[in-house]
Amino acid sequence: MNPNPGSIQDFTRSKQLNPTVFWRLAEDIPKPLNTGLIVTSIALPLLLWWLVTTFGNIDPKFLPSPGKVLEAFGHLWSTRELLKDTVASLWRVGVGFLLAASLSIPIGVLMGSFASIRALLEPLFGLMRYMPAPAFIPLLILYLGIAEEPKITLIFIGVFFFNSLMVMDTVKFVSKDLIEATYMLGGTRQQALFQVIFPHVLPGIIDACRINLAAAWQLVIVSELIAATEGLGRRISVAGRFLRTDEIFVGLIVIGAIGLAFDLLFQYFLRVSCKWALQKR
Amino acid sequence: MYLEVNRLNKQFGTKNGNLVVLKDINMTIEQGEFICAVGASGSGKSTLLRQIAGLDRPTSGEVRIDGVPITGPGPDRGMVFQHYTLYPWMSVQENAEFGLKLQNVPHKVRREQASYYLSIVGLSEFANSLPSELSGGMKQRVAIARALALEPKVLLMDEPFGALDVHTKESMHEFMLDLWRRTNITVFMITHDVEEAVFLANRIYALGARPGTVRKVITIDLPDRSQTVKRNSIFHDYRDELMELLRRHGQEAIAAAA
Repeated sequence: MNPNPGSIQDFTRSKQLNPTVFWRLAEDIPKPLNTGLIVTSIALPLLLWWLVTTFGNIDPKFLPSPGKVLEAFGHLWSTRELLKDTVASLWRVGVGFLLAASLSIPIGVLMGSFASIRALLEPLFGLMRYMPAPAFIPLLILYLGIAEEPKITLIFIGVFFFNSLMVMDTVKFVSKDLIEATYMLGGTRQQALFQVIFPHVLPGIIDACRINLAAAWQLVIVSELIAATEGLGRRISVAGRFLRTDEIFVGLIVIGAIGLAFDLLFQYFLRVSCKWALQKR
Repeated sequence: MYLEVNRLNKQFGTKNGNLVVLKDINMTIEQGEFICAVGASGSGKSTLLRQIAGLDRPTSGEVRIDGVPITGPGPDRGMVFQHYTLYPWMSVQENAEFGLKLQNVPHKVRREQASYYLSIVGLSEFANSLPSELSGGMKQRVAIARALALEPKVLLMDEPFGALDVHTKESMHEFMLDLWRRTNITVFMITHDVEEAVFLANRIYALGARPGTVRKVITIDLPDRSQTVKRNSIFHDYRDELMELLRRHGQEAIAAAA
């Protein structure tokens, strides 16, 4: 023992870690609190918004009240314009994303599995991934016109490279032991790729798609802000030109809600198809 | 001779020159034997096992099974890894069947075969469980069933019980002996646990470290193989002999490195 007993204990805290509920680190909080906080997260801003527009002296052109936005929503919905715009945007993101995903997933898996393919493609993909997709818009309009093609291509560019790299990263972390075990069971490399690597990385792929669909959804809106005849982005652009801020708000809220719905859909899909991955806790 | 290792050498090229991991290893294993290779860390045990498994190639020398030289991994050598390596998205039954599925064995046949070996390892009730729901000992038993389902010529085991607690380990030892007697499988296991090797093996190859070489081959002749034999002085003699061997060569290795 130290010849100077007690001297270190002067430094060490005699206090114990205080118990807490709200500030638990990397731990769950009680369900009622969790639900309460989630509800507050939506309700509080709504309440503030309503309060500010009702009791504050704000020009309705600047900040419309929730009531006005609801009115505008009703109006746009009843004239079927909102539906038309939503369908148009959804169609574009659907086609563009599916195209990009169907190519980037297999390519990403190949890049992650084979060092040879990775060396061949990663440098190029890494470069392309950092080129902001919206910067391609003038080129795309020049090459493809102003119809659907440039918008879908834009989404493709924005999703394909990033998704390939994300999928590649998931695959790189498959344990070598698992693959060797497959060989010891008499598996070929092809079997290891399709029957071991692929199911193992499926949760990672779903998650990468979830993230990239969010990016694709934003790109659709951006592309419509620039050139479109219908679509949610177009709706916001037109509303902006006529200073119809209530319609802008409708557009934004619908866009946000759809994006959130995509996210929740993917989370649900992951939970249902890859139960084993969630049990790792 | 069933499994032979002939004049096997393995070197790795490192920044500091050639590292000799295995030097002039010679082994013969007859069909039906239970052989352990014991050595401290650095003795190249895992490297040796990987050569026999075909997951790695020797720098010189060869491994033959049933007279055929080994050039790569295959189902004739079943392998049980240290860290289970069960497929987490497959159930126990699907894991056990997987080797058979890879060999395109018809569905009904492989179901029966896997079920049979799962019953041998005592896990039939857990056929539909996921690996994450099993304990370490149970996972290892599934891995064994999975390897045995292919009826390999030899079962290779890489410190299979190293990650288990003492009680589970003891049950697994009894389980392994029972399994071996019932199936007559040839087993080659590497371990650093001397008592485990003395308890289980017919013969033990004691490996020295840096470089890994066969220092001695000891034939184990025990009156019986129950837990009580561990109190027998014969058991202690074998154990002490091995411990002394390993300690001496460990010290030599440390001295040589200094």
